[in-house]
Amino acid sequence: MTILSPIIMIALVAVVAYLSQLNNDKVRTISVLDESGLVQDIFKNSEKTTYHILENISLEDAKNISEETASYGLLHVGKLDSVESASMHIKFYSEETPSLTLISSLESKLEKTFTNIKLQQQGIDVDLINASKIKIDIAQESFEGEKTSKLDSFARLGFGIAAGYLLFMFIIIYGNMIMRSVIEEKTSRIIEIIISSVKPVQLMLGKIIGTSLAGITQFVIWMIFGGLLMTVVSLVIGINLFDSAGPQQELIQLASEGSGFNFYFESFKTALQNLPLMNLIIAFILFFIGGYLLYSSLYAAIGAAVDNETDTQQFLLPIMMPLILAVYIGIFTVIEDPHGTVSTVFSFIPLTSPVVMLMRIPFGVPLWQQLVSLLLLVGTFMFTVWFAAKIYRVGILMYGKKPSYKELIKWIKY
Amino acid sequence: MKNLLEVSEVSKNFGDFKALNKVSITVPKGSIFGLLGPNGAGKTTLIRVINQITMPDYGKVHLDGELLNPVHIKDIGYLPEERGLYKSMKVGEQALYLAQLKGLSKAEAKARLKYWFDRLEIGDWWNKKIQELSKGMAQKIQFVVTVLHQPKLLIFDEPFSGFDPINANLIKDEILRLREEGATVIFSTHRMESVEELCDDIALIHKSNKILDGKLIDIKRDYKINTYEVGIRINNKEGLEQELANKFDISEANFKTLEDELKLNIKLSQTDTPNDLLSYLTSKGEISHFVELIPSVNDIFIQTVQNN
Repeated sequence: MTILSPIIMIALVAVVAYLSQLNNDKVRTISVLDESGLVQDIFKNSEKTTYHILENISLEDAKNISEETASYGLLHVGKLDSVESASMHIKFYSEETPSLTLISSLESKLEKTFTNIKLQQQGIDVDLINASKIKIDIAQESFEGEKTSKLDSFARLGFGIAAGYLLFMFIIIYGNMIMRSVIEEKTSRIIEIIISSVKPVQLMLGKIIGTSLAGITQFVIWMIFGGLLMTVVSLVIGINLFDSAGPQQELIQLASEGSGFNFYFESFKTALQNLPLMNLIIAFILFFIGGYLLYSSLYAAIGAAVDNETDTQQFLLPIMMPLILAVYIGIFTVIEDPHGTVSTVFSFIPLTSPVVMLMRIPFGVPLWQQLVSLLLLVGTFMFTVWFAAKIYRVGILMYGKKPSYKELIKWIKY
Repeated sequence: MKNLLEVSEVSKNFGDFKALNKVSITVPKGSIFGLLGPNGAGKTTLIRVINQITMPDYGKVHLDGELLNPVHIKDIGYLPEERGLYKSMKVGEQALYLAQLKGLSKAEAKARLKYWFDRLEIGDWWNKKIQELSKGMAQKIQFVVTVLHQPKLLIFDEPFSGFDPINANLIKDEILRLREEGATVIFSTHRMESVEELCDDIALIHKSNKILDGKLIDIKRDYKINTYEVGIRINNKEGLEQELANKFDISEANFKTLEDELKLNIKLSQTDTPNDLLSYLTSKGEISHFVELIPSVNDIFIQTVQNN
């Protein structure tokens, strides 16, 4: 079942992609009634939209016609006194609320046309303006001579957030798994049989390490399997799952008209090359292990302290808070300034450092900061493992009442 | 080495609560040792100390002459009172896993499990999940897992709970057979008739203190009250009762007889022997009943606990 989950995921993505394509594939007919006589030429039929130009009829007739021909809508450009007030005379009539992308594409077409007309009226040569446009792309370079670009920042941010988020998800999923398995051993009462053979600490660490290895295996299988399936499905069905974001695509294209795809691809490649990859990989492994051990030992302690899953809420809150805080701090302050005070401080605090530091590292963090943060993390996880082992040792043999925090502290002395 | 297990002056505190207070017991090799005591007396804590689950605050435990250490895990088999198994795991897999935790190799564990499963006629359970089995069936598997690695010391905490009389008997016979084969057994239970039947030695723990221990037979001798249960067929019952009351310490007895007899408990003084009593009574009437009252473990348990 677990192996199959990527298939289900892929199937879901495929269905969504297919549906959104279906949604988008419909060819829309838009009636245009242009009483100004200025804009009818600019509407050229495209793959998804056909324009039906109406001439010499009244607005009422035009409305009726477009309703009868089941047009998506009617664009009406009224008689204009001057191009400045054009906006007041243009209306779009439709049965339902029209799609946002359609309206913005109409708007940009009209804007361009009227601007050109206005320019011409003022005696300015439009072709000259177009010919004189100069595109600027500021090249960025660090003082050490490392070249960067805007896209670099995006790539860094993407990597950082992906790494931090991955750790966050991993802790939650597999931490819970550990907690549940401790509770299971407690409620099935097999625990006393097992700890007469192995030490509680060994059992706890074994459980944490075993679960994480199982988790990593699962992740890797999912990734390989998922990647393969995606490719196969894309090839077979012919739907490009990698950019299933159909409608948004139009907006992006609108926004980035002019700059070709190849240009993007090239600069994305350099952006990747500019990432401190080696540092990223090593730091990812170390902070991942440290952060995971820190939190999973706490999860194990919670599992040992209670008898059933409903009692865990009270104890889960204090460990979920720093985790969620870390993700938000990471996402918000790191975008703002990866080396600002808040993000720097939180990348040292052990409960938040794994996530925040992983988000900061793509932007280049001095080695000493990484080392100090890592040392603090290691120190803290040794403490939490010790602490969790104490709770665990006592907790697994305690049944009945849910312990209070005060009692938990007392258990440490047992 | 005569004793397999020597627990000396073990104390354990949980916060302010004293679970064990300088408890010492010695378990002779090859014996069945009854660990008795009211609920919450500290028996389970003592058993956990022996199993190295709980570390004592003070005191030492020696197993077979050596200070208890992690090596001894494979020498002990423990069947806890609160016991269970992984519910959704298959019987065979689970038994193999638990046996390997005790240091058996996989092949060895498999061979021994087969032997035991055949012996207890549960071979066809191998691929079943625990949740498909009844409580008694699961208990059998736990028993097998406990004894599988052939430990020197077996600790059973309420081993018969959950068994029907037939299976309880089966398990009892297996315990006795294991003892024959050289194992030493610590046996903790509230069922006094099993103690009576099985145990050679006992220790009684009450409120964290050991209040009684020794060979069961010696303890019984100590608790002997020199009293005899007597039934006599006689016409003049009141007369004889009066006569006996003047000579001995008597009380009313309660046992089943065929006819309407005079039934009495007669306590002898230190100087009198049962033969004296018997010859005296023969002269009075026909004796139908003459039994020495031996205190039961049940009586000893209640009496000792109440006096402390």
